[in-house]
Amino acid sequence: MSDNKKWYTLDLGLNKKKSTSSSCGCGNSQGSCTSQAQQTKEEELSADEFYERAVNAAIGDERKKDGFEQVFDVKMDRRDAFKKLTASLLIGAGAVSSCTSITKDSDSKEKAQIDWEEQFKGNYKLMTDDEKKSTVDRLMRSYELRTGKNINMSSKNAEEDVLFGYAFNISKCQGYMNCVSACVEENNQDRNSQMQYIRIHEMDDGKGFNFNEADDNYYHEVPAEGHFYMGTQCFHCDNPPCVDVCPVQATWKEEDGLVVIDYDWCVGCRYCMAACPYDGRRFNWSKPEVPENEVNKNQHYLGNRMRKKGVMEKCTFCVQRSRKGKNPACVEACPTGARIFGNLLDPKSTIRWVLENKKVFRLKEDLGTEPKFWYFMD
Amino acid sequence: MGVLKVFKSLVIDSLDTITKGSKKYHIWMGFLTLVMLIGMYCYSIQLDEGLSVTGMTDRVSWGLYISNFTFLVGVAAAAVMLVMPTYVLKDIDFKQAVLIGEGLAVAALIMCLAFVVADMGGPSVLWHMIPGIGVFNFPASMLTWDVIVLNGYLFINITIPLYILFRHYQGKEAKKKVYVPGAVLSVFWAVGIHLVTAFLYQGLQARPFWNNALLGPRFLASAFAAGPALIILVLAVIRSFTAFKIPDKTIKKIAMIVTVAAQINLIMLVSELFKEFYAPTHHSESAYYLFFGLHGKDALLPWIWTAIPMNVIATIILTFGKFRNKLKVLYFCCFLLFVAIWIEKGFGLIVPGFIPGPYGKIAEYLPTGIEIGVTLGIWALGAFVFTILAKTAIGIELGELRYKPK
Repeated sequence: MSDNKKWYTLDLGLNKKKSTSSSCGCGNSQGSCTSQAQQTKEEELSADEFYERAVNAAIGDERKKDGFEQVFDVKMDRRDAFKKLTASLLIGAGAVSSCTSITKDSDSKEKAQIDWEEQFKGNYKLMTDDEKKSTVDRLMRSYELRTGKNINMSSKNAEEDVLFGYAFNISKCQGYMNCVSACVEENNQDRNSQMQYIRIHEMDDGKGFNFNEADDNYYHEVPAEGHFYMGTQCFHCDNPPCVDVCPVQATWKEEDGLVVIDYDWCVGCRYCMAACPYDGRRFNWSKPEVPENEVNKNQHYLGNRMRKKGVMEKCTFCVQRSRKGKNPACVEACPTGARIFGNLLDPKSTIRWVLENKKVFRLKEDLGTEPKFWYFMD
Repeated sequence: MGVLKVFKSLVIDSLDTITKGSKKYHIWMGFLTLVMLIGMYCYSIQLDEGLSVTGMTDRVSWGLYISNFTFLVGVAAAAVMLVMPTYVLKDIDFKQAVLIGEGLAVAALIMCLAFVVADMGGPSVLWHMIPGIGVFNFPASMLTWDVIVLNGYLFINITIPLYILFRHYQGKEAKKKVYVPGAVLSVFWAVGIHLVTAFLYQGLQARPFWNNALLGPRFLASAFAAGPALIILVLAVIRSFTAFKIPDKTIKKIAMIVTVAAQINLIMLVSELFKEFYAPTHHSESAYYLFFGLHGKDALLPWIWTAIPMNVIATIILTFGKFRNKLKVLYFCCFLLFVAIWIEKGFGLIVPGFIPGPYGKIAEYLPTGIEIGVTLGIWALGAFVFTILAKTAIGIELGELRYKPK
C-alpha cells in the first residue's frame, strides 16, 4: 500500500517487513488457508514465550510465592499471574470501562487482554496481513465475549487490477431513497443521530443543478411534480484532499481506489471533514448505537464494523461487499437502476460502457480532486 | 551539581511566592480555580457523552474551540513584537515588558493546546500523533506542521525567560551570547506559527472563504494588533498592582506597534471586502452570510457588526498620537481592538467557512452551555498559568527572590 514512506517512525517492531504478495501460496486471499493458520499459531507460541520471559524477569525465583498468590490466595501459573498483573494495571490506567469483574473469570480477563491490545495496536494501513488478521480476530472474539453472538469480519485486501468507479443516472433517479435506508442498514450507521452517507438533493426543474435551492432533507411523496433528483456521497476521489490533511494517516486511498478510514486510529480532529468539498464525511458526535437484532454481522475492518464515539466514518462503496464481487447496498437497493458500480479497469464492465457512451460529468472538477463518481443523463 | 541545587531552590522560592499575596490576589486565584473546576466538570460531561453536547454538527464541524485556538495562536505570536526590539534591535525600553510578553506567549500556547485537545473526538488516542510512537503525517498534513511549530515555540518561550530569570535569581547578568540566538530564532518562529496556522485553513480548496491568499498575512497583522494590545492591558494591571516599574515610554512604544498593525489589518479588511462584494461570485456566499445573512439565516450578524465598528473606531483613535498618548484612551482602544479581533479571527473566521456547506446547505451554529463552560475554563487556565509565571518573574526582577547559598 505504501511504497515510499513520507513519515518518520521509530521502529518498535510494529511495522514488520510485510510479505510481498497479499495472498499466500495456496491462492486463497481470504486468509483461511492452512499455512497462514500455522503462522498465527507460531506467533501465539512466541507470545507465550514472551510472557514467560517477562514473568521470569519480573518475579524470577519468587514466583512460587509471589505477591499475587498471597493476596488472592489462589494457585495460578505464571501466565495467569502476568495476565492479572496486566489486568490490574488496566484498572489502574482506567483503560477499561467495566473493570469491576476483571479478575473474576477468564472471559473478562480475555476481554481485558483484548481491550489492552486494541488500545495500543498500530495503524491498519501499516499492518502486515498477519497483523490485520489478528486484529480482526481480536475484534470478532471481543464481540463474542460482549454479546455472546458471532460476527464475521474480513480484512480482505484490494485485489489486483481493480479500480472501483460509480456512475449516477440523473434521468432515472426518482428520489425514493431506498439507497439511503439500504446504506444505513448495511453499514451499521448510528440510528440515534440518523447518520446517512448518501444525500439525495431534490432540485427544481428548469433551474439546472442549483444545489443552493435544492432540498436534501425532504419528507413527502416522490417523485414530486416539477422536481428532479441527484444523489451525492463520498466520491472516492483519485486525489482526495481529506487524505493529505489527516495528521495521523488514519485515512488513505486503497489500491482499488477506495478511500477508507481506520476507525481505531482516527483521533477525531475533523480536519478531513473541513477538507472535503463534497460533504462526504461523517463524525460520530455521540456513541453510535445499532439495535442488536439490526446489526449487519457481515463486516469488514475498513467498512461497516461497529464504530465508537469521536471518530470519522464515511461511505466505503461497501468494501465488505465490493471486494467480494458484489454491488454496494445502494446500487442493489435502487429500484430505478440509476446507480451503476463496477471495475474501471475492466473494459467489459457496465461502468466503462457508461463512461464511453454517455456524456458524463463530475462535480466541482475545477478543484482537481478527480472523483471516481460520474453523473450522466439518458 | 550546583545548577540543580540553585534550580531546586528557585522552584521552592517561586512556590513560596505564588502561594503568598494580598487578599485581592487570593480572591483572583480562587476565582480562576473555581472557573477551571467548572470547565473541568463541563469537559467531563463532554468526555462521557461525546462532542454531541457541543453545538457542532456534521454541517459546522468546528466551532468555539477552534475559533479560540486560532485567535490565541495570534496572541502567542505577538510576543515577538516585544522580543525583536529588545534583543535584536537592542531597544532597552522593552526589557521589562519582554518577560511579561513571553509569559503571555506561554500561557496562550498552553491554552491553544488545551483547546485543540478539547476539540478532539478521541483524546485517549492522541498518542497516535506523537512522532516516533504514532504515525506523524509530515509533511503532507498542515496540522503536523502546526504541532511542530506550536510546541517548538512553547519550548523557546519557556527556555529563554527561564535562562534569564535563572541568572538574575543568582544575581548574575544573563549572557547575551546564550539567549540572543534563541531570541532571533523566536522572531522567525513566531511568524511561522501564525502563518502555519493560517495555512491550515488556507490550504483547503473545499472552503472558498478560507482558500484566500490574504488569509496568512491578515492573520499576522491582526495578531500583531491584538497580542500587543493584550500586553498593554496586562502591563497596566501589573503597574497598578505591583511594585514592578514599567515606564510610560515602554507602553507608548508598544502602542505604536499596535497602531501600525491595526492600520495594516484595516487595509487588508478593505481589500477583502472589495474582492467579495464588488464582483460577487458563488464563492462570496460565506462573506455574504457573515456580513448580511443568507436566506434569512443571520446568527453571525450581531457579532461581526460589533467587531467591525470596534475595530475601525479603535484604529482611528489610535492613529492620532494626541489620543494614543493618553493612557486611559489607549487602554480603552486596546480593549476594543482585542475584543474586535477575537470576534473577527474566531467566530467570524471559522464558522462562515462552513456556511454555506459544500452543497449550499445553510445550517447555523450556536455554542452550547457546556462548550462555553469548557472555553471559559481554558481561559481561566491561561490566566492562572500567566499569573503564576508573572508573579515569579516580577519577584526575581524586583530582587525579592534571590538565591541564598547556605
